[in-house]
Amino acid sequence: MDKQKQLPESYYQLLEQIQAIDFVLVDLTLYLDTHPDDMQAIEQFNQAAYQSKQLKKQFEHHFGPLDQFGKSYSSYPFDWKDAPWPWQV
Amino acid sequence: MWYYEKKLQYPVKVSTCNPRLAKYLIEQYGGADGELSAALRYLNQRYTIPDKVVGLLNDIGTEEFAHLEMIATMIYKLTKDATPQQLEEAGLGPHFVNHDHALFYHNAAGSPWTATYIQAKGDPIADLYEDIAAEEKARATYQWIIDLSDDPYLNDSLRFLREREIVHSQRFHEAVEILKDEREQKKVF
Repeated sequence: MDKQKQLPESYYQLLEQIQAIDFVLVDLTLYLDTHPDDMQAIEQFNQAAYQSKQLKKQFEHHFGPLDQFGKSYSSYPFDWKDAPWPWQV
Repeated sequence: MWYYEKKLQYPVKVSTCNPRLAKYLIEQYGGADGELSAALRYLNQRYTIPDKVVGLLNDIGTEEFAHLEMIATMIYKLTKDATPQQLEEAGLGPHFVNHDHALFYHNAAGSPWTATYIQAKGDPIADLYEDIAAEEKARATYQWIIDLSDDPYLNDSLRFLREREIVHSQRFHEAVEILKDEREQKKVF
């Protein structure tokens, strides 16, 4: 609702990389739910999970926590509750 | 339990304020085959479906909430700068007098969301066929909205959602086959 401060281009670039790798994880999860013996897909899944964690670490270092209830660390003061929210960017 | 993640599943951009498109998109927010119905349908069915397919219902149900948030973001961005007059011209006058710019769970014609939109028969095959039908109806709805939309940014996000309906439908078909195989095995041994 409030006026947002301008976000740097790198915010959108990093976020999009995270959205891309996390989409791989969502789609592979649904696939593996019905194909649990596909070893190659599981290898891909674990690789993507690692990449996702690395990218989120990088994003959070610059732009604050992505995850709720302690799945991300907080700096001082508590910054989880800070805008922007996803529908505002 | 669930954890919120501060990101959309897929980017949502709109070209311009366009309450006419928002009015149509509300169908996928609080309509019969919309994302709220989908999420609640699958997450509710998972308690009584056989173990082999609980994971799939759990995970697709969870993804539907991410889609609900994308639809909400589209509606919010398409209407946040609209004047009452613009909302009225787009057919959102009745919405405005009740909700101002707030979102609400109703369909494109203004009927509020109701639990009668979803089923839980307790019969695994009946429930999964209901889910397949719901995905195909949602896919068709996305197609009709894309046909009415002239916003290339919005259409990009809508095409993503349309494709997800297809993938979900395919996974549900596989779930039916998994349960049929299990049933056959029980007969043989």
